[in-house]
Amino acid sequence: MVKGKVVALDGAKAVAEAMRQMNPDVVAAYPITPQTEIVQTFSQFVADGKVDTEFIPVESEHAAMSACVGAAAAGGRVQTATTSAGMALMWEVLYVAASTRLPIVMHFVNRALSAPLNIHCDHSDSMGARDAGWIHLFAENAQEAYDNAIQSVRIAEACMLPVLHTQDGFIISHGVERLQILPDQAVKDFIGTYKAEHPLLDTDHPIMVGPVDLPDFYTEHKRQQVDAMEKAPQVIRRVGQEYGTLTGRTYGLVEPYKLDDAEVAIVVLGSTAGTSKVVVDALRGKGVKAGLLKLRAFRPFPAQEVAVALRDKVAVAVLDRSMSFGGQGGPVFLETCAALYNGGGRARAINYIYGLGGRDTTPDQIERAFQEILNISTPGKAPVDADQSERGRQSPG
Amino acid sequence: MPINLKEVANRQDKLGPGHRMCAGCGETIIVREILSVVEDPVVVADATGCLEVATSIFPYNAWRVPWIHNAFENASSTLAGAEAMYRSLVRQGKIPEKNTKFIAFGGDGATYDIGLQWISGCLERGHRMLYVCLNNEAYMNTGIQRSSATPLGASTTTSPAGEVIPGKPQWRKPLTAIIAAHKIPFVAQAAPHAWRDLMTKTQKALAADGPSFINVLAPCPRGWRHDSNETIQMTKLAADTCIWPLFEVESGVWKLNYKPKEKKPIIEWVKSQGRFRHLLQPANQRVVDQLQAKVDEEWEELLKLCGET
Repeated sequence: MVKGKVVALDGAKAVAEAMRQMNPDVVAAYPITPQTEIVQTFSQFVADGKVDTEFIPVESEHAAMSACVGAAAAGGRVQTATTSAGMALMWEVLYVAASTRLPIVMHFVNRALSAPLNIHCDHSDSMGARDAGWIHLFAENAQEAYDNAIQSVRIAEACMLPVLHTQDGFIISHGVERLQILPDQAVKDFIGTYKAEHPLLDTDHPIMVGPVDLPDFYTEHKRQQVDAMEKAPQVIRRVGQEYGTLTGRTYGLVEPYKLDDAEVAIVVLGSTAGTSKVVVDALRGKGVKAGLLKLRAFRPFPAQEVAVALRDKVAVAVLDRSMSFGGQGGPVFLETCAALYNGGGRARAINYIYGLGGRDTTPDQIERAFQEILNISTPGKAPVDADQSERGRQSPG
Repeated sequence: MPINLKEVANRQDKLGPGHRMCAGCGETIIVREILSVVEDPVVVADATGCLEVATSIFPYNAWRVPWIHNAFENASSTLAGAEAMYRSLVRQGKIPEKNTKFIAFGGDGATYDIGLQWISGCLERGHRMLYVCLNNEAYMNTGIQRSSATPLGASTTTSPAGEVIPGKPQWRKPLTAIIAAHKIPFVAQAAPHAWRDLMTKTQKALAADGPSFINVLAPCPRGWRHDSNETIQMTKLAADTCIWPLFEVESGVWKLNYKPKEKKPIIEWVKSQGRFRHLLQPANQRVVDQLQAKVDEEWEELLKLCGET
């Protein structure tokens, strides 16, 4: 295990620091709140000659992802950063990047989508892109954002899939925290060197990137993407283990917290997992068997882990920081319910939409959610079926 | 470098036969003319459009050079990414310097309309690449819809000649001048009948230390409604009527490359193509007059810019 250096950084600067240490060949990015701090911090590294990166200060996020596709196809390490409307603008090319099997790494910050315009955190931006074919990793704090950034490169290159790792806008991106960063050489050794298998720049062996598929081949290419995504869980675990050997911080697809003997549990992504842990501790202090399941990977969705972890629970509260208008709940809720159903779980599940547009989520609210699932887990204590859908629409606050 | 046609014609085509472009298509002629003078290694990017869909139907590939397609509007940024990666890897000593050239092809829809912002960004940032607009003056791949390159009066499926409106009501975007306003090292307007001119411009564009752009008129027999054996005559007539002048802007200096001995009236251009047929009705004479006036006005402006008056 190497000794890390303890520093005080916000999540955005922590990720920019990881980028400096990884020294990508090309970075193409565009400023947008609250991601700007990543791209501007990295730009300073470029200006100071601290990286070898060719930085392309593009005129839009669509151009950023377009240039990333060209650069990654050319054959080298490519990274970008964005959030919210920026991701919405690059939408079309997100699919191209994944379908072309390019190991691009996106340092993402979660922010609400317009309208009304809102620069604060929710997960509607990246949740909308959940079917674009990217791997999605969520961080609970700045340390995890830094750690995920470094692991993303290895995961992307092993799966030949682009990886988006995200942190909650402002809450993590602009909250200064104490974290450990690795020595530069340890990062360099961990990510190793990258050699593209069929680079566009190998003009002696010309290849075609991005052809037309008619109905005779399109499905076959989609199937290959499915296969790649199905292999991703084992890659994420393997890289997370190796990172743990290096740093003492081991990562998997999910992180259960006091869950083994829990009767009720909260399922959550991102920074609210931290808030929820405080509540779990408080409830445990009162003798309540409360637990938490934090999802680190949302794509691929760790269905098996979720099913096993929640199988014997009486009730779970699934927290979603985004909406699915006209759907039967937020994206985390739907995935969790499907995992429970397919895994034979009997837990009752309630969906809470929380924290939209940066609305604070307090320990009181989490505790109230726990109280509700405790009520429905006690027969006769509260009406369960009648108002479940109504509860699903309510914020705990 | 002087061009020996015999020698150039004997080189292996970088766009091979077996593609599915239409007979008489101007685009393939232009692409082959351009690539025939590229002796260094070259990477090609292609915007979504006729050339892209007809040369890349999986598992077939008509290209003998590395080729990438991303989407409709972003061939420029995609190629800029590849060019940036090339510079990065060469600078770091990860790959050898091979003097690799970068060329993007896009139709007028991809260039004049949907991709203009991306192109403008690439030009401003100074990527060393050539962008070629294969300008057939409408969205031909989707079945002949008007673009901002479509000339006044032309009938397309979204600017059809009707009972009340006689084809496209607007003139066209002065794209070559817009690109020249970016003050990049080399900008030109060309046509495939003037092969030596186009090849020389390609050489100048690729030698430029920065971005370059060539706007090439590419007749489309299907969209323009002329016979497929008339493609080369069409662009000759375009140059002779001055609706498509051949010129270049090298380091800010405008130069006229072709001045017809006798400027032909625009009615000859109008009569040559079915897309203008409705303009021959007496009621639409005013559109022909407007077209002539626009051509004359721009030609006079160009002569001034080129110091020809």
